[in-house]
Amino acid sequence: MTEPIAQIWVYLAASPLLGLTLTLLAYQTAFALFQRSGQHPLANPVMIAVAILAIFLWLTGTAYETYFAGAQFVHFMLGPATVALAVPLYTQFRRVRSLLTPILAGLLAGSLTAIVSAVLVGRLFGASASTQLSLAPKSVTTPIAMGIAERIGGLPSLTAVLVIFTGVLGAISARHIFDAIKVHDPAIRGFALGVASHGIGTARALQVNEQSGAFAALAMGLNGLLTALLLPLISQWLVR
Amino acid sequence: MITALSTLLLCQLIGETLTRWLMLPLPGPVLGMLLLFLWLSLRGGPGDALRQGSQHVLQHLSLLFVPAGTGIVLHLHRVGDEWLPLLLSLLVSTVLTLVVTATVMRLCQRHPAEPQA
Repeated sequence: MTEPIAQIWVYLAASPLLGLTLTLLAYQTAFALFQRSGQHPLANPVMIAVAILAIFLWLTGTAYETYFAGAQFVHFMLGPATVALAVPLYTQFRRVRSLLTPILAGLLAGSLTAIVSAVLVGRLFGASASTQLSLAPKSVTTPIAMGIAERIGGLPSLTAVLVIFTGVLGAISARHIFDAIKVHDPAIRGFALGVASHGIGTARALQVNEQSGAFAALAMGLNGLLTALLLPLISQWLVR
Repeated sequence: MITALSTLLLCQLIGETLTRWLMLPLPGPVLGMLLLFLWLSLRGGPGDALRQGSQHVLQHLSLLFVPAGTGIVLHLHRVGDEWLPLLLSLLVSTVLTLVVTATVMRLCQRHPAEPQA
């Protein structure tokens, strides 16, 4: 005797197994497409995987919370992966030390640009105050950005989504922008990508080369720290 | 792989504990990254296990952002209502940040501080 499909679905939908398996399958499919496109930035694996999963959740009427009960195991690995960035950083540290002044100047300029331009453009085109506050920390890695959004009165879960899309946009556009403004140094390309697009930018930079990846990791950490210190001080003047 | 994973988790654990205890404005994993970096500097580099393990973890770093990104399904209403300011803000700000950061860095690199007389 076989169990009716509906009952099997009831079991699967309540178990973390489904969310976890789907996340890996969606990413594997997205990554295969990315490879087949010759690693074209527009075929960004995060964007495609998110699209596949969002459509699946919508079609099956599955709540995000149910999906996340399984996907949290993947989400959890963000912590140890962030720690692991110390290894490429160590390998490239000699170059980091020789570029200390450009790094600090670029960090300050980039961090302020990311915050101020996100809020002002949002405000100019009619974003609500809570949306503006959720946009402000969008260039910072997910866990820091959510913490900041909560402190300044944004919506942490909206910020998480905006952070991911900022990362995807940076990963898609960086190569063309750097080529257009004739920046060829892998250290500078990596660092700028890390300031603008945190971990997803870092993931993209690591695909290109190790030096870029190390500088992106450094930028991600420093920009997270600076934005966490800066944004609570300036958010009340920026947001209307 | 086990050696690497336990090293990474231990650094994160110490990082999380310290940021909470000292109420630092940075998340535990970022402090954990700094701690591992300091430890590598003291030790003179990662061993083979840690080098390979971290490479494995970082190879598919983008996978780890997929669950949070899928959270967009929670905000479809707001995204539908405010898609234009959201899209323009993300697009303009991301491109501007890339250009400003890279340009400032290049300027500082090309014009190093005048040597002290």
